[in-house]
Amino acid sequence: MRDFATLFATLDQTTKTTLKTKALAEYFTRAADEDKLWTIALFSGRRPKRAVTTTQLREWAAESAGVPLWLLEESYPIVGDLAETIALILPPAETCSDLSLSYWINWLRSLSNVSPEDRKMLILTAWNQLETTERFLFNKLITGGFRIGISQKLMTRALAQATGQDEASLAHRLMGGWTPESTSYHALIEAEDKAADLSRPYPFYLAHQLDDLPENLGNPVDWQAEWKWDGIRGQLILRGGGHHVWSRGEELITDRFPELARARDFLPDGTVLDGEIVTWDGTQPMSFNTLQKRIGRKTVPKKLLKDAPVILLAYDLLEDNGHDLRDTPLAQRRARLDALLQDLPSEAPVRPSQIIPFDSWQGLTQVRTRSRDMRSEGLMLKRRDSPYLVGRKKGDWWKWKLDPLTIDAVMIYAQQGHGRRATLFTDFTFAVWQGNELVPFTKAYSGLTDAEFNKITAWVRKNTLQRFGPVRQVRPEHVFEIAFEGIFESPRHKSGVALRFPRMSRWRQDKPVQEANTLEDLRAILAAHG
Amino acid sequence: MRDPVLTFTERGLYCPAGDFHIDPWRPVDRALITHGHADHSRSGHGRYLATTQAAPVIRHRLGAIALETINYGEVRRIGSAEVSFHPAGHIPGSAQIRVAVNGEVWVVSGDYKITPDGLSEPFEPVACHSFISECTFGLPVFKWQDQGAVAQELNAWWADNAAQGLTTLLGAYSLGKAQRMMSLLDTGIGPILTHGAVAATNAVLCAQGYALPESTQITPDLRIKDHPGAVVLAPPAALGTPWARKLGPASTGFASGWMRLRGVRRRRAADRGFVVSDHADWDGLLTAIRTTGAENIYVTHGYTEIFARALREMGWNAQVVPTEFGGDEDDTTADSA
Repeated sequence: MRDFATLFATLDQTTKTTLKTKALAEYFTRAADEDKLWTIALFSGRRPKRAVTTTQLREWAAESAGVPLWLLEESYPIVGDLAETIALILPPAETCSDLSLSYWINWLRSLSNVSPEDRKMLILTAWNQLETTERFLFNKLITGGFRIGISQKLMTRALAQATGQDEASLAHRLMGGWTPESTSYHALIEAEDKAADLSRPYPFYLAHQLDDLPENLGNPVDWQAEWKWDGIRGQLILRGGGHHVWSRGEELITDRFPELARARDFLPDGTVLDGEIVTWDGTQPMSFNTLQKRIGRKTVPKKLLKDAPVILLAYDLLEDNGHDLRDTPLAQRRARLDALLQDLPSEAPVRPSQIIPFDSWQGLTQVRTRSRDMRSEGLMLKRRDSPYLVGRKKGDWWKWKLDPLTIDAVMIYAQQGHGRRATLFTDFTFAVWQGNELVPFTKAYSGLTDAEFNKITAWVRKNTLQRFGPVRQVRPEHVFEIAFEGIFESPRHKSGVALRFPRMSRWRQDKPVQEANTLEDLRAILAAHG
Repeated sequence: MRDPVLTFTERGLYCPAGDFHIDPWRPVDRALITHGHADHSRSGHGRYLATTQAAPVIRHRLGAIALETINYGEVRRIGSAEVSFHPAGHIPGSAQIRVAVNGEVWVVSGDYKITPDGLSEPFEPVACHSFISECTFGLPVFKWQDQGAVAQELNAWWADNAAQGLTTLLGAYSLGKAQRMMSLLDTGIGPILTHGAVAATNAVLCAQGYALPESTQITPDLRIKDHPGAVVLAPPAALGTPWARKLGPASTGFASGWMRLRGVRRRRAADRGFVVSDHADWDGLLTAIRTTGAENIYVTHGYTEIFARALREMGWNAQVVPTEFGGDEDDTTADSA
């Protein structure tokens, strides 16, 4: 564990990507295979099965530290992380040990076989031989969520440096439904494995936001334009007679969208499509709000299948006849995609995402203004000769979104953030006027600079009217411009509306509170864009 | 019932028997000042009283003020109150203020820490009936490492940077923390450079006889290339500014009690965080409170509600008192500490 803790401390201490990659590559060179496998697993969001509940951990830690449980609970939101709170609150370890990362993981797994009393004793013994960072990591193994600023991309690069393998093919290997319990370092990284390859998606190619004028992209004939859909980016994989659906977050979501199984009836084996999963009313996508009802569900009731049916709007063909097409120029991939999809009947759950013809940037700029009518968020611009790259690479793919909708609202509640923002007030509730009353309609967490968060935090502390647990009601004095991507009717909210991706776009220090927008204004936006 | 020795007013802590305020935040006629940090020592008062050791820095910061001095332990009568100043261990010259009226004793802690830092006059417990205590770090997650262990980490980092040809840039509050960090440095590793704000404070403290290692102030004509392997002490606000960028390739670090929390460390986006505080940690606060023998504890700036509740459960009569302190290491200004 000490070796892993040292690695963690090094990674955590620096903000420089090159140093992080170097430290990780060195670790991958020297660590034992089992530790390497678990490190890859942890940094790609996998974790051991939880052997102890967090409630038990809290109770045992408070008892061991000699503080009442409520005091640990009060400290938790301030520290911002339970594993860290426990690591900090425990008395210093009395002994030390140097057992490996995988030893402790296997040890934790064996806990499920012992009685609850013994489990407590074992955990206390473990805490008593780990120093603070080791303890934090040990607790993280139990509570999960190793978010420590290591992206999968960075880890893949380090692994490529350490093994001498190609980064892209390693990225491909790390995709998919593997767990450290079901594979080995050798099988995952080094060996050939046909069965696992069948389910494996390709790493997604992601577009950059276009902030410049499109004119700077050069000649329009080099570019392909499509609508930018507001759905779930996904890959549909048809191989070995079966099908798999992967989200961009590398989550296997095959079972959540059973409609897509029928793709096997219409498309040949050895096909991989990249596209957007959207709810479909027969002619166009339904609102994201409708799709939202499907997102959290692992099994889908019949009624929902009928009310919110999904299809894949396909815009790229990554594999055809079992051949990896990613190095083929987009224009050719697209021609083959169109050929594959052109004669499909309307009951097929896959449709091509239309290409928008245009001959000038000016003309396309006009088309873009109609995005909301098309139920889209704007346009995608893709260079016709571009290969399908890995990750977010600048230059070939751009998202050219509509400007967000905005409204000026009054801050009425504030709450402290978590993690790196734990000591700042960053989570706010906003309201608009209805007569003399302020009606809350949204929360927002992002959009301000650290300096602005510091300033507003100091203000919140001095202007708290009332506390409800962690939430503070503040003097209605500050106006913020709230930007959002969409607006929906929502009977669950007092205001009757719900926003899509709200954030603070500006702190309107110039605007008196009386001049913030009204509920009527908000309803007008709903009527126009909902 | 007797009048309380101290009352809590909009201008700050007030002693009716002596007609004076302690560390007031609005202008008053007569102010007793615990130490020179800006949130305790403000301009605009008619008369000031501070320790002989704290006076030079206060004068340096506030300019021409009517400032009288008092020695640690010396008892002075103001109105019908007896006052005396006792070391608080927070920064050089810092004091707790003891106020006695008709045999009832109250102590205002100011900011304090109970472990000696080698530079400040060490904390001295003062017996009292009522103790007004800060609790900046009044949560059990705050526990400070031994200063020697921090010094080792600090010097290892500096030596490592020097070996890589990097300048070491350490952010520390210019009064107190910067000097304490300097005194932990192993001067065998390289030269010490200072930002103007730190240099000015150093000059005042050195003139008083506080022992600080030799250092050079960074002036516009100083070339960093002439000082390879240097460590630079600067106020936190100077980090990330054009001034700091002129230092060339550098590794940056921060010294603050808040560095105990990973979230704050990451928000600072520095390469290193050193957990060094001039405030008492959880155990330090409890020890200090216990040794005063006080029955009534008034807690100010920090996690007051939580800390007061914990004290009540331990048997003290504890209450929260709102104040406007909290400048040097308050979480709202963690970015300037």
